[in-house]
Amino acid sequence: MDYLEFARDIVDAAVRAGAHEAEVYLQTGDEFGVSVRMGEIETITQASSKGMGLRVLVDKRMAFASTTDFDSRVVAELIKTTVQLAKAANRDRHNGLPEIGPQVLPHMNLYDSAIAKMPAEQKIGMAKECEKAAFDYDPRINNSHGAGFGTHAGTRILANSNGILYSNSGTDCGVSCSPLAEGNGTKQVGSYWSSSRFLSNLDSPAEVGKRAALDAVRKLGGRKIETTKAPVVFDNTIASVLWGAVFSALEGDNVHRGLSFLKKKLGKQIASSLVTVIDDPLMPEGLGSMPFDGEGVPTCRKTVIEKGVLNLYFYDTRTANKYGKKPTGNARRGYAGLPSVGPMNFYLQPSETDPMDMVRRIPNGFYVTETIGHGISITTGDFSVGASGMWIKDGELAFPVQEVTIAGNMLDMMKGIEEIGSDIRFASSIVSPTFKIGEMTISGR
Amino acid sequence: MESVLMARTGHDALLPKEDIEKLLAAGLSLGGEFAEVYIQRSRSTSIPLEERKIRSAEMRAAKGVGIRVLSGEKTGYAYSDILDMDTLLATARAAAHIAQGPGTERPVKITAQLAPDYYTIKVCPSDSAVSAKTAILKQASKAGYAYDPRIKQCDVYWSDEEKDIIVANSDGLWVADGQTMIRVSVRCLATQKGVSRSGSAGGGGRIGMEYFDKFSPEEFAAEAARIAVVQLDAIPAPAGMMPVIIKSGWGGVLFHESVGHGLEADFIRKNTSVFAGRVGEKVATDICTIVDDATVPNSRGTNNIDDEGTPGQRKVLIDKGVLRGFMTDRLNAGLLGLSLTGNGRRQSYHDYPIPRMTNFFMEAGESDPEEIIRSVDHGVYAASFSGGQVDITNGNFVFSLTEGYLIEKGKLSTPIRGATLIGNGPDVLTKVVMIGRDLALDPGIGTCGKAGQSVPSTVGMPTVKISELTVGGTET
Repeated sequence: MDYLEFARDIVDAAVRAGAHEAEVYLQTGDEFGVSVRMGEIETITQASSKGMGLRVLVDKRMAFASTTDFDSRVVAELIKTTVQLAKAANRDRHNGLPEIGPQVLPHMNLYDSAIAKMPAEQKIGMAKECEKAAFDYDPRINNSHGAGFGTHAGTRILANSNGILYSNSGTDCGVSCSPLAEGNGTKQVGSYWSSSRFLSNLDSPAEVGKRAALDAVRKLGGRKIETTKAPVVFDNTIASVLWGAVFSALEGDNVHRGLSFLKKKLGKQIASSLVTVIDDPLMPEGLGSMPFDGEGVPTCRKTVIEKGVLNLYFYDTRTANKYGKKPTGNARRGYAGLPSVGPMNFYLQPSETDPMDMVRRIPNGFYVTETIGHGISITTGDFSVGASGMWIKDGELAFPVQEVTIAGNMLDMMKGIEEIGSDIRFASSIVSPTFKIGEMTISGR
Repeated sequence: MESVLMARTGHDALLPKEDIEKLLAAGLSLGGEFAEVYIQRSRSTSIPLEERKIRSAEMRAAKGVGIRVLSGEKTGYAYSDILDMDTLLATARAAAHIAQGPGTERPVKITAQLAPDYYTIKVCPSDSAVSAKTAILKQASKAGYAYDPRIKQCDVYWSDEEKDIIVANSDGLWVADGQTMIRVSVRCLATQKGVSRSGSAGGGGRIGMEYFDKFSPEEFAAEAARIAVVQLDAIPAPAGMMPVIIKSGWGGVLFHESVGHGLEADFIRKNTSVFAGRVGEKVATDICTIVDDATVPNSRGTNNIDDEGTPGQRKVLIDKGVLRGFMTDRLNAGLLGLSLTGNGRRQSYHDYPIPRMTNFFMEAGESDPEEIIRSVDHGVYAASFSGGQVDITNGNFVFSLTEGYLIEKGKLSTPIRGATLIGNGPDVLTKVVMIGRDLALDPGIGTCGKAGQSVPSTVGMPTVKISELTVGGTET
């Protein structure tokens, strides 16, 4: 089936059925996942799948329907139902598709044929190699949740009644490991992973296994400490927990409706002058990269926070219309959802500092390697999560700490960033190097 | 049999008996011991109301088949949204490949079975006009703004789903269920002197539109508004260990995290849970009885059958402090030599089932909830929560407070800002010192995530006193 033609035909049919504006977002994909445990295959999953979502505006009233069944009768019924459904929504003059016709988009190479052609045996081998490396790392690694390897190859298509018909294909792969360490009768689980669009960019499975084992072993003997206030270092594996919340707080709708702690902060210092945060959908081979967003707005690189000063909020077409701004090309979605603002490749810019040098300069502090829970409010900026990691004593990672929380307010936290490391790993849409915050409250005993 | 399935799902059986049997046989053809066909058809409606306007009306439809083959400890899984037999046979063979053995064609015969019925629906959401749903949203929105002049935002969200599932397997099982769900949630924002605070509330369940004969949208809005307004005067939460009293109902997320996941049989079989190997041991104070009950009528977490076709059951997991059992799915029950408990659940046909909770709660105790509060000289009263998480290997768990109060000399005093509470599962169970008579389940808004799969889930408990727990505030 020619999905491009199919998508365009649905848009045309929706307009004939009464839609004033119509948009189709269609995805097809192949996925494969293998998990291995104790050296043996545990699960293998594979499938080809597809789905599409139709959004219509009838007199600026919005309705949406999605389906995985592309049978012509089902689709015809879907179009009819969706146009009818629009009557239930209120008219909102801000609703609308991006008012731009087709643009020439940069060609982005996001598809790795090496991933698409990878034989199952090779994928299984990578998962096995990863877990073996974890077991080989330390004799205290005696159990495992498993190691996994997965691939995805897919195509996304966007067609709308302003004449846009875009598509791009992409691949991604990932390897992960969760080994268990046992020592003195206690057990700890470790975790590490790597993810990329190109096989050649993936960390080696052996490296991932080794780091996961190190993570587990390092946690052995972890204890709860006395409640205190101290500097906190966020390891790069979890540092994005802060920036994910910051992103949500920068969504235009949240800001203008008073739901964000970063409202009325445009042009103001919201972080230390060391902090520069970028959102870059055009990063070559980036996991969050795409030439057009989920509404068909061409994407672009943005400096969101520059030396601590806030430059912009994020908008999709509806919220841009509502607040008199321009869409920032950040609409993200799957076929079963409406487009909404989301991160592309959103990251804290690294510096040249080796994170271990950062640690060496700390007489007393908490090096956090894991956070648990979601006690973060983007309305108040309150941040309170469970944490575990290592206590820093006289510049050394001295002993493991667990079962404590770290708390603060995100504005104070960002302004309190005193050092930023060099160790950024682009393993998801929101990433960060290791960074140090001057002081947070650590609750324990 | 078709009529039995139709009665339960209200629709056709999607795949005829002979075709399902062929797929199961294909699943076993490479030496697998067990094959299963899972057919799903679902339709859901969501309607957001924001800033007094119905922002959109949305419908989602999905239809597909997932085929699973087990061989020893291994699982092969493949799924398809294309339901013609050529594609489905290829799907079955892809799953069968996990066995990689010589196999013979073993014919399979399935026999229709009737699932129990814990969710009678009077007025199907799919039979209701969209206008009935938007009316409910508007009632809630109006009540939210009317609650207090400081309420500046009130958003209300509607969702309903009808999901038909048919499960058949190589043991001969063939069973179906029609699963309805409704959920309404409200979020309010209160603003005073430049300070803004939010509050959320909602409810729902496996029930039809008759839900609103008993629960009013105005009540949900008033609750969300109340929390937002109370939070305006909240002071920073304390930091450190202290007695904590947890309010009944949604507070049950404490036990869901501290105990529940650790009793799921996959973690037990892999020996990765801190509760592995401890059946028969005293793991909690002897006033604690904790159950997982899939049979609670019309509750969000209830399953007539799980997603492997096993009838939903009530299991006592901890009985007066003693660990009695675990929650199993077929794979882990078989490997551990345990019985099926009806806890094999999956998010959709994209996923293979794993052990999950249903309605997971602590049974009522004997204390007067007021007396429980009076027993604390200095501590925290935790009233509302946003969720939690657990590390089942070391047992550390968290849950996050969205409405709480200081307790001073046995009385609730100043409201405190949101904070995360952290503890250790086995440890916290030994610190449950008082349990109230007032068992309540959460109002029907919970979703549990595990291994990338989200399933609707209910928690519950009476008012409970934990002698000490770490409160993750900022005030030392």
